[in-house]
Amino acid sequence: MTAPAQLDRPEVDDVVDPDRPWVAIVWNDPVNLMSYVTLVLMELFGYSRAEAHQLMLAVHHEGKAVVSNGTREQMEHDVARLHARGLWATLQQD
Amino acid sequence: MRFKRTRDGGVQADLAPVEVAVLASAARDLLELLTADEPAGPRDPLEELVGLSPGARRPEDPALRRLLPDAYRPHGDLDDAAAEAASAEFRRFTDADLRAGKRARCDAVLESLAALDAGGRLRLDRDACDAWLGFLTDVRLVLGVRLDVRDDDGPEPVDEDDPRAQALEVYSWLGWVQESLIMNLSPRT
Repeated sequence: MTAPAQLDRPEVDDVVDPDRPWVAIVWNDPVNLMSYVTLVLMELFGYSRAEAHQLMLAVHHEGKAVVSNGTREQMEHDVARLHARGLWATLQQD
Repeated sequence: MRFKRTRDGGVQADLAPVEVAVLASAARDLLELLTADEPAGPRDPLEELVGLSPGARRPEDPALRRLLPDAYRPHGDLDDAAAEAASAEFRRFTDADLRAGKRARCDAVLESLAALDAGGRLRLDRDACDAWLGFLTDVRLVLGVRLDVRDDDGPEPVDEDDPRAQALEVYSWLGWVQESLIMNLSPRT
């Protein structure tokens, strides 16, 4: 992702629930704006601005972040929605 | 071109003729890219009805592949071949809708620019803002691949007479336009 300012490294809680073993992952890309990624995470998953911002920073600094978890079908749905918004996303069983 | 929020929850911006031309050209190019590699001939009506695209392939063009990416990567027990097969299966169910959604956004952008050939005031309602956001994202992703943008600092600068110079200028400008739109976007109610 790209942005004008240098930002501090965040601490991100582990959002994976062991009973819901599939996860959707957003990967860092050098093109999408940080503000856009934050907006998409808020709109698609109902994160607050602060939560979405933390996740966006995790993607930016660590190269990827888990943005949702659930059944395989749910994660396929989430990944399709992320692709529709132009985010680079995959799903996997964790 | 700077967006301002309007009272009805949309935005507006004043566009120069050259800005209209660049945006419309980008929308037409993106439509072409999203259509060019689709299998020729009519689709099976039933498959079309349920949104299946059995002929969907992983695009060879890296820019199109960025717009229609693989949904699975090798991970743990999922080796390269298994990830490829799972991605292909995902594609069968999602490719048609994904392309259609992106094309619809291009159409919406062209429609909002239709009366503005000579420049003028662009007005977008909240739904049109979403179409524009997605469109600007897709165009920048394509240009990012074409310009080989690899790190977060953006593309390498090039000489004025470099063939990539114009694309690079458009890429940077579209990023600025998108940021301006995001800053002025009303929250979804």
